[in-house]
Parts: sequence; C-alpha cells; structure tokens
Amino acid sequence: MSVLIFTELDNGSIRKSSLEAVFYGAKVAQMLGTTATALAIGPAEAAELQIAGNYGATKVLHAADERLAQTNNMAYASVLAAAAQQEGAKVVVIAKSALGDAVAARAAGKLKAGLVSNVVDLPEGDAATLHVKRSIYTGKAFAVTEMTSDVKIITVKKNAVSPETTDATATVEAFTPALNDGDFVAKVTGVEKADGEVPLTEADIIVSGGRGMKGPENWGILEDLAHALHAATGCSKPVSDLDWRPHHEHIGQTGIKVSPNLYVACGISGAIQHLAGVNGSKVIVVINKDPEAPFFKAADYGIVGDVFDVLPRLTKAVQAAG
Amino acid sequence: MKILVCVTSVPDTTAKISFTDGDTKLNKAGVQYITGPYDDYALSRAVELKEQHGGTLTVLNVGEADSEPVIRKCLAIGADDAIRVNAEPTDAYFVAEQIAAIAKQENYDLILMGRESIDFNGGQVHGIVGEMLGLPSFSPVMKLDVDGNVARFAREIEGGKETLEASLPLVLGCQEPIAEWKIPNMRGIMTARTKPLKVVEPAGQDSLTKVQKYELPPAKGACKMIPADQAETLIQLLRTEAKVL
Repeated sequence: MSVLIFTELDNGSIRKSSLEAVFYGAKVAQMLGTTATALAIGPAEAAELQIAGNYGATKVLHAADERLAQTNNMAYASVLAAAAQQEGAKVVVIAKSALGDAVAARAAGKLKAGLVSNVVDLPEGDAATLHVKRSIYTGKAFAVTEMTSDVKIITVKKNAVSPETTDATATVEAFTPALNDGDFVAKVTGVEKADGEVPLTEADIIVSGGRGMKGPENWGILEDLAHALHAATGCSKPVSDLDWRPHHEHIGQTGIKVSPNLYVACGISGAIQHLAGVNGSKVIVVINKDPEAPFFKAADYGIVGDVFDVLPRLTKAVQAAG
Repeated sequence: MKILVCVTSVPDTTAKISFTDGDTKLNKAGVQYITGPYDDYALSRAVELKEQHGGTLTVLNVGEADSEPVIRKCLAIGADDAIRVNAEPTDAYFVAEQIAAIAKQENYDLILMGRESIDFNGGQVHGIVGEMLGLPSFSPVMKLDVDGNVARFAREIEGGKETLEASLPLVLGCQEPIAEWKIPNMRGIMTARTKPLKVVEPAGQDSLTKVQKYELPPAKGACKMIPADQAETLIQLLRTEAKVL
C-alpha cells in the first residue's frame, strides 16, 4: 500500500501546485504508516523529478512514452490507474486544475474510487475510512465528507497545506504501462497559451480588476503593480464579458476559483458571485472609490480611493521597499 | 443528431447558504432553485446545434420531484423531452451511474452538461460518465461545432485554450462562452407543459462518498481601512502584519 500523487509537468518541471499535492500526499502517507509515490507523465529530466523528494515522496514513477508528451486526460487517467494498481495505492492525491480534475474523474470511473474535489485540509481517519473537508457552494461553505471506497481519490485546492521541504531526494523509476489506442482519438489542432504567466490557480498573489478600471487601455497600472508583486492578473465577470480581458482571467462563481495568499481587488464592487470565487484567499485587499462597495465587508484591508491614484502609489511603495 | 443534456437544479448564485438539522442539511427556506449556470450554457448550445443539424434533444436530471420546475424551463428553452431519475443526487459516481444507464439504451451522439454543478462543484460527472460508457470526455469546453460526424471544439487549459477535433459520440462538460443563455418565450413555456417528462427509478446504489456535516466559513474580522493618501502604509502592513509579502 502507498499513497500515489499525480503530478502535472510544465516544460519538464513539476508544477508548484503538484509539489503542494506531493507534500499533502506525504502527510497522508505518514498518517497511514506508508510511503508516498509520485507519478509524472510526459518528457522530463530525472533531476527535475527528484525534487518531489524534497516534498516527501520516496519514489517517482516516470511515464515518458512519446505519445504522452501531449497532455491527454484519458491517457493520463489510464496511466494513473495502472500506477495505482502496481503500487497498491489506496489513496490518490491530485492538485486541482483543469487537467487534474479531468484525470481524477476518469481515474475514479476506472478504479470505482470515491472522489472528493476541492479539499482544503488534511484528512482524518484511517485507510478504511477517511474524512476530508472540501469547499462547496463555490466557497460559501464546507462539507466534511466520508470516503469508504477501497481506493480514494482526493483533489486538493491551493493552500490546503503549507509545504515544508527537506533535502531528501526521490528515486526515479521508468513506468511503461501498455497504452490504449482508444485514449488517443482526439486530435489537438491548436494551443493558445500565454507564455511565462503564472496560472491564476497557482499564483500566491493576484491583482484583479473590475469595471472601475474603466477600460482595457487602463490595465497598464494594474499590470505594473502585479509585476512589482510578482503576481498574476485576474478580472471580474463584466470585464471578461466586455472583452476587456481574456476569459481565462475571469475569477468568480462561473469562472476560476482562486485561493491565493493575497488577493488585491481594484475597482471591483464585490458581487456575491465574484466573492464566491475569491473567498478562499488568505488576505483580501479592496481598493474602490465607493465606500459602500460590498467587497469591503469581505476584505481584510481596504482603501477608499481612485484606482488611478492608488495603484501607482502602491507600485512605487513596493519597488521602494525592494 | 441525438443530443442529451444533463442538468442540475441548484440554489441560485445569490442564495445565502445556511444549514439545519445539526448542520447535516441545507436550509432550503427562502432559497430559489435555478438550472445550473454551466448546464444552461450546455443546453443553449445544444438548442443551437439542433436548429442547425436537426435531430432530438433530451434533458436529463437526477433529482427529486422538486427539480421539475427547472426541467420544465429546459423544455421551454427548446428540449423535446425530459427524463428525471427519481433520486437525491448524493454523489458524483451515483449520478454518473444513472446517466450512463440511460445513455447505454439510447446511443446519443453528444452528451453535454455543465463543467460542474454549482452546489458541490465537483466537476466529476462528465469524466466518470465517459469512462462508464467508454467514450472520450472533455472539459471545460468553451466552443463547440459539429460537422457531420466530427466535433471541433475548444477547451480551457491552465492560462489559455486548446482546440481539438474528435469523432462523435462524445461527453463534454461545458462553460461560457459556448453559447448565450436562452430565455424561454411564451410559446416555449406553453408547449413545455405538454412535452413528455418521464420519471424513472434509479439504477444501482453506488454512492462512494457521504457528507457527514456542513460548516460555514468563520466570520471575517473587520476590514482595516487605510486612507488613500497613505496608500503606502498598506504595503508595510502586508509585510509586517499580514505577512503575505
């Protein structure tokens, strides 16, 4: 028996969210008196994969078949299920993401595994019965959920645990399960991706803008602050509906749900649907010229003022502090 | 083309969530139920595809009798008929099993649903249904066109999007901007009353997870206000007090 962690690669390196999942999985393994094994799918150097050891994995299974170079939720789920069987894994941990969610669901179907998504804390219980706390109603509540299936799959939200690292490294083993042709029936005809940007779901800090920014041409001052803070940028639904910003930046009930350490809302009034997407954030800062904006009620720090005045001042203050 | 759209009946996005019975049940008092917003996108696109290509459009809901207003609204928007599996949707595996059991008899070309329900936000059902039927599944799909037997679609990936091509049948979890939400017109509302709504009993009993207890997030403390002309102080507080910089 072991705990298996599905890790997502980005240009041959394990994503930060997946390293958090490795740490989470290692903690669960410790609780169950077993070891944690990470699974990496796609091209990568062994040296990059060993890093999983710093987060508590003792072993990394590396599936590097050429056909797996392109992300593919169905093929990845098949590889994950094969790895779970080989390792006798009873708990599988996956970082929440578009790919992670899709892989988790297919793997749950294959393994007849109970699957709990959006988990926000370490589980309690034992190998037979686990209790996990997950976020529901788009962040408005939590549900403590019991899992009793033989194999249990958990997808974890960012900041479910705060990883501590060691110098330990993991051994990397090639993993070469038979692949099913049926998993490769879709043809990818194009990929559009903003290069070098931190994905919103992984960002420690997010600076986000609403209609109070008055137009897409004004995003420069918001991006300057984001740049100074090494933050990702997001936006409210009206902003993406108006095409001021791309849809993948839309944060809220029907967009991306985020749980960064710091969320800075600029000119966003704070509709309940937007709050639902950000209420997992550790610290919320709201900048709005309307003192009655509902967002202030959900904020930790607030500034009543004009974003066009306040944002450049904040950027300067960050830069001055180095 | 034969399309199945699976819909959820969920509390309105503006609903205030609270619990009763020792935090084991949702307090439904004063809560208005709506079609899952993502399911609404899937349904709207399905109506457009049916207009373009002909065929049939069925909506399916796994839920108790109180979800019928939502089903009727889907019929008013343009579905031809509806099936309700008479059971509380307790867990994604259970719901997927119900959908798969019906789909196995009907050979749909497209099985569409929202990327996730907005009550439990699992985003699992489309993937499990795909696995149970041995069909490809993709999510979150934000664009979908059908040309003969081939679907061309786009899905959101971390920080961007991917365009794909695959043969039908497919299972897709949908999100905006796949279509504009459709509002039922008076004629639709009238005809929806007489469109067939079949109620079937659930197959299997496989809930693999069970909610023990609900919790609300701890109340937020007071917001610390900083005068606009001292905005710089904020950066200092974020460093020394909140310790997030």
